[in-house]
Amino acid sequence: MSASVTGESLGLLVCTRCRATLRAIAAAGQRCPRCHSPVHLRRPHSIATTASLVITAALLYIPANVLPVMRTHTFFSDEDDTIMSGVISLAHSGSWPVALLVFFASIVVPLLKLIALSEILIAVTRKSVRQPQQRSRLFRLVEFVGRWSMLDVFAMSLLVALVQIQSLATVQVRPAALAFAGVVVLTMLAAQSFDERLLWDTQTRG
Amino acid sequence: VADRATPPADELPPAVPDLPRRVRVPYVWILPIIVVITGAFLAVREKLAEGTSIEISFHTADDLEPNKTKISYKAVEIGEVKEIHVSKDRKEVIVEARIHRNVRDYLVQDTRFWVVRPRVTGANISGLGTLVSGAYIGVDVGHSTVPEDHFTGLEVPPIVTSGLPGREYILHASDIGSLSIGSTVFYRHIPAGQVVAYSLDPGGASVTVKVFINSPYDKFVTQETRFWQASGVDMSINSEGVKLHTESLASILEGGVAFQAPKESASGDSTSRDSTSTAEMAEDTSFKLYSDQERATREADTVAETFILYFQGSLRGLSVGAPVDLRGINIGEVKRLSVEYDRVAGVLRFPVEVDIFPQRIRSRARASGAKGTELDMGGHTMIDSMVAHGMRAALKDGNLLTGQKYVAVDVVKGAPAENVAWDEHPPIFPTASGGLDELTDSIGSIAKKLDKVPFDQISNHLITTMATLDQTLKSTDRLMRNVDASIAPQVTATLKEAQDAMKNAKEALSEGGSLNNDLGDTLLQLSRAAKSLGALADYLERHPEALIRGKPTDPR
Repeated sequence: MSASVTGESLGLLVCTRCRATLRAIAAAGQRCPRCHSPVHLRRPHSIATTASLVITAALLYIPANVLPVMRTHTFFSDEDDTIMSGVISLAHSGSWPVALLVFFASIVVPLLKLIALSEILIAVTRKSVRQPQQRSRLFRLVEFVGRWSMLDVFAMSLLVALVQIQSLATVQVRPAALAFAGVVVLTMLAAQSFDERLLWDTQTRG
Repeated sequence: VADRATPPADELPPAVPDLPRRVRVPYVWILPIIVVITGAFLAVREKLAEGTSIEISFHTADDLEPNKTKISYKAVEIGEVKEIHVSKDRKEVIVEARIHRNVRDYLVQDTRFWVVRPRVTGANISGLGTLVSGAYIGVDVGHSTVPEDHFTGLEVPPIVTSGLPGREYILHASDIGSLSIGSTVFYRHIPAGQVVAYSLDPGGASVTVKVFINSPYDKFVTQETRFWQASGVDMSINSEGVKLHTESLASILEGGVAFQAPKESASGDSTSRDSTSTAEMAEDTSFKLYSDQERATREADTVAETFILYFQGSLRGLSVGAPVDLRGINIGEVKRLSVEYDRVAGVLRFPVEVDIFPQRIRSRARASGAKGTELDMGGHTMIDSMVAHGMRAALKDGNLLTGQKYVAVDVVKGAPAENVAWDEHPPIFPTASGGLDELTDSIGSIAKKLDKVPFDQISNHLITTMATLDQTLKSTDRLMRNVDASIAPQVTATLKEAQDAMKNAKEALSEGGSLNNDLGDTLLQLSRAAKSLGALADYLERHPEALIRGKPTDPR
């Protein structure tokens, strides 16, 4: 297992567009002779790109949770809600399932994604040899979950569009929603920009 | 699958070399930098826009909520309550609030804060909007330039906010009556202002009331303006009868103050009115607050001369404040009633202290430019001369129904000569009895006059008169007897003759009598004569020539 043969070790690479298997040449840039798309053994700057995206997402995660995400303006009051306060008020009003759903989808999942990606990045840069299979599974989970993370943003955009009864009740989006959407999009991009093969490189070299 | 053996690696096509790309730091690193810069920028801006933190102390945090209650100036939000906690001495509540940066200059020493919540008082309802929107903190920006960040909140909204045109005046009164903060100030029954504040004077003997007069009306506050309590219903029973006075329904509910200048200034003619009396008064000028309109308009008199009156009769019905009346003109009022024991004489005396307002007695001397009060300056001589002419003070019944009395000053004819005791302090003014006393007095004088009637002489005269009358009657009797004796028989004879004459006449005139027949014949002939005269006249009319020619002979 530890001494598996890879394309890289054989000097072979695959065009990610047309799936042609090619011999790698020693040049700064390589191109697929069939579809002319750029080819490389490993995606260049993959770790750096992913890392920068993860860091950006982590930075955005702070305002997304601290700042109010939504303003409910009613006849009686103006109320700013952060994600957490929304969850709490949902829980107080008795809708436990919804509260839990929002809590997981909006707070836990993005956080776990960030942690997971950071862990993978750290492991790759440190060339850790242990449990590449679990990391791989984790990475695939992150990729899978990514597309569901916009639930909150989606729900909110619905609310804002629907609840526009002037002077009686309106819902406004506050800056945190943007930050939150940023977190979601950036973690998805980070997952996409990561070259999963890097996880296994340590195995061949080791 | 087996046929399609994997080609050896060398047979695979090689990758085509591409133009070497510039090796560079991946552009995505811009992202976290952008985020950090944006975040920092926003944080700094937020921090800057956060504004100033202030503390306001209130008695209670009723209706206030952290992060929810707004601070509004003229209904524009300028801040928000951030935190509420109880002060260390547990006496009040400290409200921490953030005021927007751009209105920092509002936070000066005399800026006032209060909680706007629904309030219902006697005559007005305010802050109804806060019933649904929740309370907020109102602000009135002060004029000071000294910045301040610790404020003491007002418990009630200020009546007058800065910038409202008008003036504040200070009134001094003996008691507050039914006034309260917000009570209306009336000028000719127009609501012209409000009571802003009141306080007990340090001594506790009087109160100071602050009123604010709105702009168009404050110019009517002049030196001569009088303020009086228009609180509730003013009902008075005095020697002038029953009087009921009220300013407006609202003032009945929550009291009020009215002001007006006396109709005619006490100083007299309009010509003598100098400009200071009509000039508007500066802010915070002090005025006296009278207890009612009558007193306010009456007490134009700054000079009061006090006299003591000793009355003989009972003082029942005379009260403090009763008028001193000079032929219907009120020239003063009763100040005090008391009892004193005169040791020398060993009797009780009832001194009535009265204030006379000499300014009400205008003298001709005034017009010629003489200054001073008439009663005072050379006034002694005036009063002395008046007293010498019989001027006396007397108790009179003002109102028989209520039994109220007043002091009347008038000339009493035939009063025993008296003088004003100027040496006494206050001087004693001579009195005369009046009212019922007067009645008894006059009855007495009638009796006195009756006493003087010389009934003895009268009866003597009567007796002699009677005697004379008797003699006269006797001589008359004698005369009658003479008449009887001498004249009566002649009269009888004369009557008899007359009777005969009448009888003859009657016979002559009776039917068939000679006179009657003659008369009938005479009348017949007269009638015939008349008829022929008629025929003559008829003929002459037809034949006037007959007068000359004579009657022609009948041709036949």
